[in-house]
Amino acid sequence: MSSTKLSFDGGWEYAPAPQDTSHISLDDRYGLFIGGEFVEPSDGRYFDTINPATEQSLASVASAGDKDIDRAVRAARKAYEGPWSKMSAGDRGKYLFRIARMLQERSREFAVIESLDGGKPIRESRDIDIPLSAAHFFYYAGWADKLDYAFPGRDARPLGVAGQVIPWNFPLLMAAWKIAPALACGNTVVLKPAETTPLTALKLAELVRDAGLPPGVVNIVTGAGETGAALVNHPGVDKVAFTGSTAVGRAIQKSLAGTNKKYTLELGGKAANVIFADAAIDQAVEGIVNGIFFNQGHVCCAGSRLLVQESVADEVIQKLKDRMQTLIVGDPLDKNTDIGAINSKAQLERIESYLGLGREEGAEMYQGGSATPETGYWCRPTLFTGVSQSNRIVQEEIFGPVLAIQTFRTLEEALTKANNTPYGLSGGVWTDKGAKIFKMTQQVRAGVVWANTFNKFDPTSPFGGYKESGVGREGGLHGLSAYVSLEAGQ
Amino acid sequence: MSAKASDSRLPVAKTYKIYIGGKFPRTESGRYYALRDGDGDVIANVCQGSRKDFREAVVAARAAFGGWSSASAYLRGQILYRIGEMLEGRRAQFVTELTQQGVKAKKAEAEVDASIDRLVYFAGWADKYQQVFSAVNPVSSSHFNFSVLEPTGVVGILAPQGSGLLGLVSNIAPAIVGGNTCIALASETRPLCAISFAEVLESSDVPAGVVNILTGSSAELAEHFASHMDVNAIVYCDDADGEGTQIQELAAGNIKRVIARVGLNWKDDSNENPYLIADTQETKTTWHPIGR
Repeated sequence: MSSTKLSFDGGWEYAPAPQDTSHISLDDRYGLFIGGEFVEPSDGRYFDTINPATEQSLASVASAGDKDIDRAVRAARKAYEGPWSKMSAGDRGKYLFRIARMLQERSREFAVIESLDGGKPIRESRDIDIPLSAAHFFYYAGWADKLDYAFPGRDARPLGVAGQVIPWNFPLLMAAWKIAPALACGNTVVLKPAETTPLTALKLAELVRDAGLPPGVVNIVTGAGETGAALVNHPGVDKVAFTGSTAVGRAIQKSLAGTNKKYTLELGGKAANVIFADAAIDQAVEGIVNGIFFNQGHVCCAGSRLLVQESVADEVIQKLKDRMQTLIVGDPLDKNTDIGAINSKAQLERIESYLGLGREEGAEMYQGGSATPETGYWCRPTLFTGVSQSNRIVQEEIFGPVLAIQTFRTLEEALTKANNTPYGLSGGVWTDKGAKIFKMTQQVRAGVVWANTFNKFDPTSPFGGYKESGVGREGGLHGLSAYVSLEAGQ
Repeated sequence: MSAKASDSRLPVAKTYKIYIGGKFPRTESGRYYALRDGDGDVIANVCQGSRKDFREAVVAARAAFGGWSSASAYLRGQILYRIGEMLEGRRAQFVTELTQQGVKAKKAEAEVDASIDRLVYFAGWADKYQQVFSAVNPVSSSHFNFSVLEPTGVVGILAPQGSGLLGLVSNIAPAIVGGNTCIALASETRPLCAISFAEVLESSDVPAGVVNILTGSSAELAEHFASHMDVNAIVYCDDADGEGTQIQELAAGNIKRVIARVGLNWKDDSNENPYLIADTQETKTTWHPIGR
């Protein structure tokens, strides 16, 4: 091999660089945010939310039952029929601008809490999750009084009450993706955060209250899957928005049959990241690392399959292994950390079962990264070589820092392999040839395709899947249509 | 059968077949149902299409998808227009068939005319809807980012019972003009025009497999349309006996896009807009860095 090994460490050790946590405020216990105030759950049940890096409880959080969901949906309906629909669209937008600004003011506090509750590196929560959340509110704020220009020939009307269920991988960002367009279009919302990461949504509830939104416009109800099911199936909900696994999405789509509820589903993925021999290899290696190890691989659009052209496979895999050696796994609050904690014990067990499965299927496993702490939930960055298309680690979404590597000879073979999945959320292509980029990005059957980059997000950029990766788009102008009904124009 | 004997000559009646992958087989099942006119006389023994016919049609539609979805918008527009031309040329035949199936002459003429005009309407959208619905997105980072529409894939269409030709055309046209391929189940009570329309398609440069048309029972076949794992979207136009709910439930198996067009007046101009094309389109967003 002609290339030389890149040196990343320069001979220096990284000293710990912990993020200060003294300025955040967390209550011991959080109720449900309904009708503009925090209330006790009707049956008095609470559960703990755990810091996955320490296995310590951060706070006790209410578990919403059917009665609470009913109360929240009624509050949202009252707000929809009352102040929110009577308010001018411009004022609705101004409330959203206000939320965006207040989020920016409190961004570090939210970033710390996000990393504490979910295990993601502070560098990511600080530089990506929280700024993008604020940007989402800012973007959709401006749409509120411009909807007439979004849908030519149509009259866009709000749907009513949106029931929104979000996952634990980007807790605040997913809340922003759901709440901002819903409110901009004139709907009110009941949002259920994931049970392992409820805290930033509850802090957002405080912020919404501080921003002076009319009570009931935003309601936050916490709980596990059954709370989400109660929300989705509540007859007072006009629109369901769900982000999560394809299995749950399928169950939701089925349960909504025969209702007139509109729905959008943002589900799983198994994206192929395709590296051609003519790519800038060092950049591509960084792209692979970002594609699969960003946020511990807890990313529905992660580049969890690497397809590398045969002539450069050895070089790319060696460079990837070298790079993986330098990744720092550990304390999410350390600013040097590359890979934080796995979100929960259950998720760690799931990932580990796939590691066992990969080896049982005959694949060769390699793990990089630093040594992991004693307590907490950790998984070192992992790759599998020697896999075939039918292997479960190639076909199924693992949702962890686990990469399956295959090779290809021709563009057609790469396309066939990339598309040989029931998913269609995202894809990546790395090459220096413009024509090849367009060939690949046109033919990959996925909703988001990154060329010579990966895992980039922006409020103006529509996101969502083909095939079993979901229905509908979030983000951008296209994300508005999820929250309006389009009537024939005048 | 069929056209009644006049004094001078015994007419030759047509055998109505189904249309799969550009060919006209009878149903593999060998089954039929007798279509009768108002007097109770048999007009045709119509194919009672089977699940296997449907599955073969899906294979044909999937095979045709790659070519059709990458055909130029201009070409797709011209082919849709050509369908309209061919239909215009056979206008009298379709009017006759509609009247045989109980539609009054004036209404039959209006239905055929509206069908032709609808094809021309959607033909004109072929190279325009993309410009209406696509976007260049002003992302904050140094990337060029754009969103375009792409066809969803294979679309199952349960055509409306009450409108044998116009209802069928109104659902096929927006699906295929956007690059999808489809399998349509004709109106069970008014199936004749659907098969004659297949003959129009066959002579209009529509590639084999882009449109497949079956006749048979919606009550029997709807569940197969809704549950097939290689169908990406389903359009239905009637909701008898909770059929719509069943379709929606089964569609969840592979997260099909479900498009309900129930209770519409197909003659109405409201069936002409580009959002009907967008119903069976996916938005794809592409990113590329801007740099050196």
